[in-house]
Amino acid sequence: MVKIVTLLPAQHLPRFKTCTCYQFYSYLASSKILICIFSLKCSGGLELLCDSVKIHSINVDLPAEEKKLTMKHLLAWVRSNLIKERPEMFMKGDTVRPGVLVLVNDCDWELSGQLDTTLEDKDVIVFISTLHGG
Amino acid sequence: MDSNGGRVDELLTELQSLKDSKLDIEARISVLEAQLQQIQSNQKPSSDCSSEFGHDLTPDMIYRYSRQLLLPSFGVQGQSNLLKSSILVIGAGGLGSPALLYLAACGVGRLGMVDHDVVELNNLHRQIIHGEAYIGRSKVESAAAACRSINSTIEIMEHREALRTSNALEIVSKYDIVVDATDNAPSRYMISDCCVLLGKPLVSGAALGLEGQLAVYNYNGGPCYRCLFPTPPPTTACQRCSDSGVLGVVPGVIGCLQALEAIKVASLVGEPLSGRMLLFDALSARIRIVKIRGRSSQCEACGENATLTREEFQHFDYEKFTQSPLSAAPLKLKLLTTDSRISSKEYDEVVKNGEAHILIDVRPSHHYKIVSLPKSTNIPLANLEDRLPEISSELKSKGIYVVCRRGNDSQRAVQLLHKKGFTSAKDIVGGLESWAHDVDQRFPTY
Repeated sequence: MVKIVTLLPAQHLPRFKTCTCYQFYSYLASSKILICIFSLKCSGGLELLCDSVKIHSINVDLPAEEKKLTMKHLLAWVRSNLIKERPEMFMKGDTVRPGVLVLVNDCDWELSGQLDTTLEDKDVIVFISTLHGG
Repeated sequence: MDSNGGRVDELLTELQSLKDSKLDIEARISVLEAQLQQIQSNQKPSSDCSSEFGHDLTPDMIYRYSRQLLLPSFGVQGQSNLLKSSILVIGAGGLGSPALLYLAACGVGRLGMVDHDVVELNNLHRQIIHGEAYIGRSKVESAAAACRSINSTIEIMEHREALRTSNALEIVSKYDIVVDATDNAPSRYMISDCCVLLGKPLVSGAALGLEGQLAVYNYNGGPCYRCLFPTPPPTTACQRCSDSGVLGVVPGVIGCLQALEAIKVASLVGEPLSGRMLLFDALSARIRIVKIRGRSSQCEACGENATLTREEFQHFDYEKFTQSPLSAAPLKLKLLTTDSRISSKEYDEVVKNGEAHILIDVRPSHHYKIVSLPKSTNIPLANLEDRLPEISSELKSKGIYVVCRRGNDSQRAVQLLHKKGFTSAKDIVGGLESWAHDVDQRFPTY
């Protein structure tokens, strides 16, 4: 099977002229798995990690030897296909770094089994980096 | 050096003991004021009305809060609960400003505010409780005056000090509900732990750039901040409004929602945002409410085997834990030796003497657009390495000076230039802020 990455048309995306500061909020979305990254940026922040794109629509193929797609597969896929730089701002080991909340269909992934959460067609995944400002 | 060190210790000890006495005195003043108010309000004939109308609202209160009393789901009972409640707002900044205004206006019985900061001109776009007349004065003094001008019938408690592990338990214990309107990671962990120890519900809000977040912690068996974030994020992931910027109305929206949640908890009306989190994205006009985990049995603060005690709390180093400072003071790096650095005054001499040189401004381009020095070249630090080839011929023949906003990134840039063989590169100590301070007072700061 062919892996296809489709970014939403540019006019559907928030525009960020510069990079350093902005939180981003990325909807990795489309026909199969929707992923949405909604985060706090950092100097060279999370949005930069994905070319400042907040919303992505992606199709992820099931690894050949697996029956179900899990968050673990998805994170590995995001790391190798979407994160362009400084992966340590997004991940630590094989999971997300401290301070990033992962939501599967608007629900904390702690409640669905974290890395073992099984993903289905049209699921929406959101990565949120916690904010501290005020 | 030793005698200096001894003197410093002596001063620090005396300062600490004076601060402790000051706290004791302030605490005593608060207690006495509260007692006085109690006696005075008991003497007012209006308080006898309680039996007259079947509730404890005076005629003035009925008129003032009439629009809330008219709400079937809030009504006399909700208002009466609110009037008996006490709420502490920590931070009188972007979040605290609207929160305090609404909490004072709606009739919270006792409203406390903590902040050690003073009002600055660049606060006013978002910290709407403060006015120009209060620039340079205490934020708490300013906020208290604004709250009193809206509602002189409630009790307002001023805590003009930074919340620390040494005073947090004492201050927080005087209130029923805590609103976290601070701006940094160590404060958030400290306040959450303090609320867990004292069993206080915590309404936590945050805002930065064009996004905000809101949740109610430690309420009715729900999670605390540590349940959600057991490990602090890396320092590089903690941005401040003073570096990253914030649109004024964004903390305004979150601060209003914090007041709303605090009112709901205080009046026992509705369903507080516990076990859920609200995410506000101003740019796309989207609000999502997501379900978060419940109380964690492994939580170090509130879990089954939690070991956190008041004693430990008072000695816990939250700055070390989160690797970031409690105060908003910007970082001051020292990466270079003095012979690779030059003061803004010395640089001014270089310009006046007409020495051939190139000045590289390594700030991000949107900073450069705000204000820049004449004849400087903007190459953001992130692009410096890639763009070296296009300027290297010029760099080889001239002196190289590097400037940024405060003198941190310029040092990183000079380190990079040295590594690439441009060993004459120097940075301007203190950046454009020192230029504005020491050379050209009309040069804008931001």
